[in-house]
Amino acid sequence: MNLTRRGTFALGAGFAALTLLPATGARAAVEDSIAAFTGGAEVADGAGITLTTPEIAENGNTVPVSVAAPGAVSIMILATGNPNPDVGIFTFGPLAASQAASTRIRLAGTQDVVAIAKMADGSFVRAVNTVKVTIGGCGG
Amino acid sequence: MAEDVKPRVRVPKTAAAGETIVIKTLINHVMESGQRKDSSGNPIPRQIINRFTCEFNGQMVLDVTLEPAISTNPYFEFEAVVPESGEFKFTWYDDDGSVYETTEAITVG
Repeated sequence: MNLTRRGTFALGAGFAALTLLPATGARAAVEDSIAAFTGGAEVADGAGITLTTPEIAENGNTVPVSVAAPGAVSIMILATGNPNPDVGIFTFGPLAASQAASTRIRLAGTQDVVAIAKMADGSFVRAVNTVKVTIGGCGG
Repeated sequence: MAEDVKPRVRVPKTAAAGETIVIKTLINHVMESGQRKDSSGNPIPRQIINRFTCEFNGQMVLDVTLEPAISTNPYFEFEAVVPESGEFKFTWYDDDGSVYETTEAITVG
């Protein structure tokens, strides 16, 4: 097989497209979930929300996570590396003493866990934690 | 209806008026995600609890939308304010339409 300069470039571009496609697909699902929750509003990073996750989770089937955002109306949790990135939405009522909750979630592999809080004034804040997973939790 | 679904809830028996209490809930449920396949390669249909609510005397404390990424035997821990004596009502909604309920009374002394 003769490899011309032009042919090599074309091949390279083809491979790049192939390897990038699945990644952009998953990212689009995450973006869609965020857009559905925020309605397209801007999400600020950092202050006002605390996401607590283990640094390393041995078993991806049950990873303890806690999230706290004083003054939040609701909090959404996303697992960016799962086949379906949605994890859950916590909506706090008038009798909630603190806008905080803990639960256990499934993670398919090492990935970023994202929490987005909707504040009472309509703004959004985000926290991101990376969790290393030794054994994935989505079966096969 | 899934078999052997048994909700377990931990709420203090008494509290002071306006006190913050911690509530822990657990319900045994397979939370089948719909992603897994059985031994012959057929996908196992999704069956999860898709919503959990906690109310106190009819006022909402917490309302959670669950997705398949919540672990088997969904567990929640959260805090509530108790303004008066009354009853906490916990409700879990299954994909198959079943509703599991439990109540827990608390006395303000």
